Amino acid sequence: MTTIFGLPVSVILGQLMLGLVNGSFYALLSLGLAVIFGLLGVVNFAHGAMYMLGAYAAYIALSVFGINYWAGLIVAPLVLAILGIIIERLMLTRIYKLDQLYSFLLTFGLALIAEGLMRQQFGSSGQSYPVPAALQGVYNLGFMFLPVYRAWVIVASLTICFVTWFTIERTSLGATLRAATENASLVQAFGVNVPVIVMLTYGAGTALAALAGVLAAPVVQVNALMGSSIVIVVFAVVVIGGMGSILGSIVSGVGLGLIEGFTKVLYPEASNIVVFVIMALVLIWRPQGLFGKS
Amino acid sequence: MTFKKTALALGLAVSASLFALSAHAASDKVVIGDIDDMSGPYADVIGAGGVEAIKMAIADFGGSVLGNPIELLTTDHQNKPDIGASKFREWADQSGLTMVLGGSNTGVSIAMSRVALQKKIPFIAIGAAGASLTTGPDCTPYSVHYAYNTTSLANGTASAIVKSGAKNWYFLTADYAFGTQLQEAATKVVTANGGKVLGSVRVPLATTDFSSFLLQAQGSGAQVLGLANAGTDFTNSLKAANEFGITKTMKPAALLAFLSDIHSLGLKTAQGLIFTTSWYWDQNDKTREFSKRFFEKTKKEPGENQAAVYSATLTYLNAVKAAGTTDGDKVMAELKKAKINDMYTQDGYIRPDGLMMHSMFVMQVKTPAESKGEWDLYKPFKTLTAEEAFGPLSESACPFLKK
Repeated sequence: MTTIFGLPVSVILGQLMLGLVNGSFYALLSLGLAVIFGLLGVVNFAHGAMYMLGAYAAYIALSVFGINYWAGLIVAPLVLAILGIIIERLMLTRIYKLDQLYSFLLTFGLALIAEGLMRQQFGSSGQSYPVPAALQGVYNLGFMFLPVYRAWVIVASLTICFVTWFTIERTSLGATLRAATENASLVQAFGVNVPVIVMLTYGAGTALAALAGVLAAPVVQVNALMGSSIVIVVFAVVVIGGMGSILGSIVSGVGLGLIEGFTKVLYPEASNIVVFVIMALVLIWRPQGLFGKS
Repeated sequence: MTFKKTALALGLAVSASLFALSAHAASDKVVIGDIDDMSGPYADVIGAGGVEAIKMAIADFGGSVLGNPIELLTTDHQNKPDIGASKFREWADQSGLTMVLGGSNTGVSIAMSRVALQKKIPFIAIGAAGASLTTGPDCTPYSVHYAYNTTSLANGTASAIVKSGAKNWYFLTADYAFGTQLQEAATKVVTANGGKVLGSVRVPLATTDFSSFLLQAQGSGAQVLGLANAGTDFTNSLKAANEFGITKTMKPAALLAFLSDIHSLGLKTAQGLIFTTSWYWDQNDKTREFSKRFFEKTKKEPGENQAAVYSATLTYLNAVKAAGTTDGDKVMAELKKAKINDMYTQDGYIRPDGLMMHSMFVMQVKTPAESKGEWDLYKPFKTLTAEEAFGPLSESACPFLKK
């Protein structure tokens, strides 16, 4: 059998595939974070909690209201977008003028409250969300068995990433958005209602987190702390890609998923810190991130 | 003027609290402290359900002992050893504490047993798996270890599976003290029974995706997938093993799994899993009677730790009654003499090193077709006697035994 670094090629291909699954997932999660930071300047630490609440929204929709997975993919992000808009109106608007540290503290507090409430309500063992019938089964790729659902996660995440990137970087709506963050008063003078745009942007960012939560629900236990374990990694992804850079967060999300996948084979104990080692290196050599503007 | 008033009030408060302190010392009032995980990863396993079980035990005992009503104090240690130890100390100094229950986390329990030794107050550890609490260096004359420890968990699951013919193991181990100790204990049992460990992978705590590690396990060609982890690490790894079809070629074995874990995973994912427990709600009429009452209060079937907390409270109250005092040394002497026969165990006893000896049960999770209801989850696989599960007293490394 052919080997690379002493590992059979089939093993390497298998890990590449899994890395791609996780990477596309990181990309989707960091995307929302990058949108919110890039356009609002808010360090949204509640992103992990919104991801968790998205998964719970899908769980409640299914178990209480009988709303299936596909409808859940639309309902959960909508519900969370509304929650996001309420948070933006009631709280974030009051601190836009202050240092970014304040938005970080506020959203961190919100995340803790959300986690505590969900744990109080649903307990600490978490809930199971079944894989939808249409996506059950496995593909035999020759070198590994890939569950159909994981393949769907790759396709769905990368599609959403592309659509979001295209909307912000290539459409006139995106141009207005970007202009509003560069110079709000000037854009306002052109007759654009900037506060509404900002509000909708936060709602959209939250919806992206919720969407990731629904995608994750069939794969992991739906648990109050599922967000806090992933939000730190996602922050690192955003920092590596360049704070606020949409393309940066997508590319570094996928890339880091792949690197993490290899670490899991070569030196498993380090697999949860490799992302942070890379973050430290990037910060030393290129503090603005790989795709950030200095 | 105001200073004088404040000083006067302060003086009054001090003398009042001194009076309260001496009042406590003079009486033989039982004050039970439950220092436990109420909001963290073990909250479902023991937490508020455990408090309910203690209250049931106190009520079943009659609510009073030695002519005084029984008092219960509860707090959340948030899985921080310093909080557990300082709350223990505070209650001992100010509230007339006579016994502490719970712990649920090995680190917190070790810190609390040091306070137990200092204050000469019995501490019944329940939920923590670390065997060192009574059979190792952390053992004290005031410690009792109820329910299970790493030795009995490994003896149960590993020996039952190896003896059933599945000899080659691969471990998926949580990369911290608990996981590595559990793997070590299980490895000993596997090799002693003629099995072989083909490999292991150490997985960082709170990993979100286990699929890479599982593919490595599958690649090893082992027959058994030993899961030396707990909580969400356990549920997520079993879920992924199921998703990737690994449970079709490997037999999953959990070294620590609870009723709440299996209930939340669902039978479709957990079916066939083998693990060890000290108690199950649907074992006999006595367990079902207790569980029915527990269910009415909490809307959940009790887990093994909640049943153990109930049993430990009754055992302690009986010992106080027999000793005729709440004095720590005298109550400990009674505890080590007692035979424990209740809905939790038959012919249980507390060894000189403090380990509570009782049968352990290897269980297998039912298939969805076998299950008759939401909580009908386990079927018996094998029963171990207390000695088979916990090993002989001669193997205990408890330091005060050697004196």
